[in-house]
Amino acid sequence: MPGRPTVEKDRGEAQINPTKRTVLEVQNLSINYISEGKPPARAVENVSFTLKEGELIGLVGESGCGKTTLMLSLLRLLPSAGQIVDGKVFFNGKDLTTISEKELNKIRWKEISIVFQGAMNALNPVRTVGDQIAEAITKHMPDFPKDKIQGRVIELLDLVGIAADHKEHYPHQYSGGMRQRAMIAMALACNPQVIIADEPTTALDVMIQAQILELLDNLRKKLGLAIVFVTHDLGVVAEICDKVLVMYGGVTAEYADVDTIYNSARHPYTQELLKAFPDLTKPKKKLSSIPGYPPRLDALPDGCRFAPRCPVAIARCHTEQPMLHKLGDMHIASCHLVEASK
Amino acid sequence: MLIAVAVIFANLLADLTYNYLDPRVNGVANGEHNTGPNHKTNGCSFLEFWQTFSKTVSALSALACLPVIIFLAIFAPWIAPYDSSSSAVFQVGDIYNPPSASHWFGTDDAGQDVFSNFIFGARISLIVGFFAAFISIIIGGVLGLVAGFFGGRWENFIMRFTDIFLVIPDLPLMVVIVALTKPSLLNIIFVIGLLGWTTTARVVRSQTLAVKSRKFVLRARAVGAGNGHIISRHILPLVMPILVVQAVLVVSLAILNESALSFIGLGDPTTLSWGQMLNYAFGRGPCPLGMVGVVLPRDRHCMGGVGVDPARAGA
Repeated sequence: MPGRPTVEKDRGEAQINPTKRTVLEVQNLSINYISEGKPPARAVENVSFTLKEGELIGLVGESGCGKTTLMLSLLRLLPSAGQIVDGKVFFNGKDLTTISEKELNKIRWKEISIVFQGAMNALNPVRTVGDQIAEAITKHMPDFPKDKIQGRVIELLDLVGIAADHKEHYPHQYSGGMRQRAMIAMALACNPQVIIADEPTTALDVMIQAQILELLDNLRKKLGLAIVFVTHDLGVVAEICDKVLVMYGGVTAEYADVDTIYNSARHPYTQELLKAFPDLTKPKKKLSSIPGYPPRLDALPDGCRFAPRCPVAIARCHTEQPMLHKLGDMHIASCHLVEASK
Repeated sequence: MLIAVAVIFANLLADLTYNYLDPRVNGVANGEHNTGPNHKTNGCSFLEFWQTFSKTVSALSALACLPVIIFLAIFAPWIAPYDSSSSAVFQVGDIYNPPSASHWFGTDDAGQDVFSNFIFGARISLIVGFFAAFISIIIGGVLGLVAGFFGGRWENFIMRFTDIFLVIPDLPLMVVIVALTKPSLLNIIFVIGLLGWTTTARVVRSQTLAVKSRKFVLRARAVGAGNGHIISRHILPLVMPILVVQAVLVVSLAILNESALSFIGLGDPTTLSWGQMLNYAFGRGPCPLGMVGVVLPRDRHCMGGVGVDPARAGA
């Protein structure tokens, strides 16, 4: 199997440079869902994070807390009701929220690609998987020699551990894990700098899950990929992420590197989330759950969005929204209690 | 030349129909979400389709009918015992002949062989049917795709426009337009084609709406694909099965419409179609012995219309 010369040429320069370049920077991003006759639903509010080359950031939170909305908004793929009302998304210094659709189309998939959740639905059922992988190559690399495209597709499939003869198969002939891996192969087709993985391991069994995580981790080391990993599995986060952004009800609860999150989390939501997760070193410990449900977007509480479920909430939490408090170089939490203890 | 185009079109239709019968496409057309790795369900749907189809007598007889008619139309000059386009001089004894060994279906008022006329008439009926259906499908398909895909103001405009066309009674409008323009073959094709697209547009729009919301369309957008690419590569393949079924339906409607127009005397007087034959037989009063000249074209014309129709119903 020939190597991947195109990749090494692209990444070679960056690997020599020890200081890592920031590839993706999200600043105070806010997204509203607008529907007629109703006040806008504030799905995401004031979320910021930075992603450097080769870094893997975990986006954690309960279902419906705005993870997917945030992820789709990075490439402006939201349905027309979802609008970016504030904030900026910088990719290599270019603001993706303001550039034209035409320019954005050049960045989509070529520079930032997405591994979608539920691979079956993200593959067109009437076209072969190989054909769909080739689609991105022909779209973004018009100079790519036509006779080499099939070879490249086989290379990509090989990279994710799918045999070449599956190239001509249709998505329904793939197993669930293979589809997910085919999605990853597709995401790698144009040697992107950033991959957004939206719950790539959800609904897969633990073995396949481990394979896919290992695959992503390897690719990151080999190709210097930066990855945004959307998940609700804290075990996965601990395993592979460098940084973690914990979201609750559309806002940042806590943002820190992975060690800080696991050892000295400051936001009550992060703490409760960790308590709800089994710890191998303390097998006798009881797991606790957080009573209640995440807030509905059309009925957000006046104060902190987590206050109604927070075990340590004070009166102020119910009336006033907490600010984002900087607790260190790389540690942000939005909680009144954090401010009090500073 | 027309025949050559008709043959190409028939081939194309056969290809598309094959696509529709293809188990993969078929499964999708039924909106099946096959989540398992096992593709037997899809294979079965083809079997099931065939089992249902083969039990339906009307569908099977139609399936047998259609190729026969197309065959007759294409090879008319070789099959017909007489050349119905020739202007040979006829004797008085040739007109209104009863069926005989030399004239199977008898002769008409001009002394022409009715059997040969049937066979040549199939040509015009099929040409009008296929070309008018082609126009209808193109218009209906494009409008349906545009309305379903882009939505919003365009969709509203196109669908209300469709509604207007839908409520106009087709046949009277056709009669008026053909009467105002010259009743030529081309005009008839255009009139039938331009008025028959409404159902197609509505059906295609609804299917487009369903396909548009599938996730692979979002993925295609994330790949950076433009609207044209998404429509042609991702939406059209899934709308195609419906479009093919619709095309077959419109062909049968167009053949019937052409016959109806010809029958009431608005057909192209220089050509001979099944409707035209009915018109002549009706208007020129065949003698009792030539009654067969009235009965048979009607049967044949039903065979054409009905032949296409149950094939569609079965599908």
